[in-house]
Amino acid sequence: MLDSLISQMEKEKQPDEIVTTGVLESLQNFIRKCIVAVLSYGPMPRHIAFIMDGNRRYAKSRSIKEGAGHRVGFSALMASLLYCYEMGVKYITVYAFSIDNFKRDPTEVQTLMELMEEKINELLENRNVINKVNCKINFWGNLGMLSEPVRLAAQKLMASTAGNAGLVLSVCMPYNSTSEIANAVNELCAERRDMMQREHAGSSNGRAAGSGAHSDISVADLDRHMYTAGCPDPDIVIRTSGETRLSNFLLWQTTFSHLQNPEPLWPEFSWRHLVWAILQYQRVYPYIEQNRIQAKKQL
Amino acid sequence: MMVKLILGFLWYLIHLVISLFNLWSHLCNNLECYLISSELLPKFRNLRLEKLKYLGVVVDSREANNILKVKQLLWWLSTIGVKNVILYDVEGVLKKLLEPGIKASRDRNSRNSINVSANMEASHFSHGGMAVECLSGSDGKEGIAKAANLMYSDFCNCATHGSAKSDIIFTEADMACALRAAGSGGAEPDLLLVYGPVRCHLGFPAWRLRYTEIVHMGSLKSMKYGSIVKAFYRFSEKYQNYGK
Repeated sequence: MLDSLISQMEKEKQPDEIVTTGVLESLQNFIRKCIVAVLSYGPMPRHIAFIMDGNRRYAKSRSIKEGAGHRVGFSALMASLLYCYEMGVKYITVYAFSIDNFKRDPTEVQTLMELMEEKINELLENRNVINKVNCKINFWGNLGMLSEPVRLAAQKLMASTAGNAGLVLSVCMPYNSTSEIANAVNELCAERRDMMQREHAGSSNGRAAGSGAHSDISVADLDRHMYTAGCPDPDIVIRTSGETRLSNFLLWQTTFSHLQNPEPLWPEFSWRHLVWAILQYQRVYPYIEQNRIQAKKQL
Repeated sequence: MMVKLILGFLWYLIHLVISLFNLWSHLCNNLECYLISSELLPKFRNLRLEKLKYLGVVVDSREANNILKVKQLLWWLSTIGVKNVILYDVEGVLKKLLEPGIKASRDRNSRNSINVSANMEASHFSHGGMAVECLSGSDGKEGIAKAANLMYSDFCNCATHGSAKSDIIFTEADMACALRAAGSGGAEPDLLLVYGPVRCHLGFPAWRLRYTEIVHMGSLKSMKYGSIVKAFYRFSEKYQNYGK
């Protein structure tokens, strides 16, 4: 029995298999829809961010290869994407690879890069999941640090889904928050330099100079240059495996996010854990919303 | 309409059940805190605090007005042996309430001719041998904006002097220096205790929160000594691989 369980876990679930339904799955779908309908009576999160922690521990606990743990983790991501779509969550952000993760064993980093390239190419070829949720996919991070095949595949997937208006999946890789903030400052400096150059050109042509390049940099200016510009702040940040830190993830954007750290490892994260997460969020929603409104008033 | 009523009823029922479950957890937690405070649980008796160099405490601004509770918390922390505490609340209530302590510290420093930067003086004081720093929302995103302004000034100076660095790229290390210069630098807490209704960091300075363990302690008015000991014990058992 243990062998069949392990082989079932090792077998990669194709996105098609998640989408197609049988009789039992139809019944499960119906029950799920009923529960979602009850849940939707209360406030639902618009944006959930996931720190997908625990793939390696999952592989170790089941005595499978680390790479296989990451593959099961990818299946969990695709399943969570569909469940979130069902619940009306519009934005999902996942912490796929931290800049710190480059410190890992080179073999593991190589395996992860190959897995990412493989899965991105799969999504490019087989668009069932993307089309079902009309998904727009972003890759946030310092893409220049990725190997060329992965970077090109990511850019291709972003371009091919740019026009989609459904669920927005943002994959942070390779990312960290402090790098994002430094990048925003760099972009802002470059933008203001360009504005100044235009002003000088304008004033030499007798046109009046604008004040944009001379005013102090504000929090709103930095917001515009974050990778997350145009995306609402996360309502919930879920880090699986019970860990309590954010590990340099969305530190700028999570001022009023409900931080949750459920015990299951990421590959074990399932629909019932998502329902529980949303129930917990609904209980704290009045406090979070009150703080958000107050913060907006003070701006 | 009928469907909506049924959905509403079921929704409230689910949340009622969760409330009862939470009440039971709360009672169990209170019992455990009592046992910890009475030193009846052996594993909590000898806390190892070597890994805890800096402790952060976030307090909900509405609860932060309770100065007696804040001072009691600081007293407990100094009794346990915490050496450095960083207090934070969004609206700066703690900075205002603890201002007499901050002012006294500033006067002591000037009497003893201790040179401390103006920015540091504005928010530090000592409490029972424990160094306390007070932060507010203005030290968070606004602190980063101030640092960005300093970096932008550097950028403009380089461009004005015709330096070849007109395409200067600031690194995270540059950002950290600028934050220190703007008075928003400082140590990163190893552990952050959140006192309030919800586990949120409420805008604690981002640059100082990268690898901090964040623990929700519940509301300040029902704070327990045993909860703090439990949080410190769990922290001492944690292992971080910093992304490796």
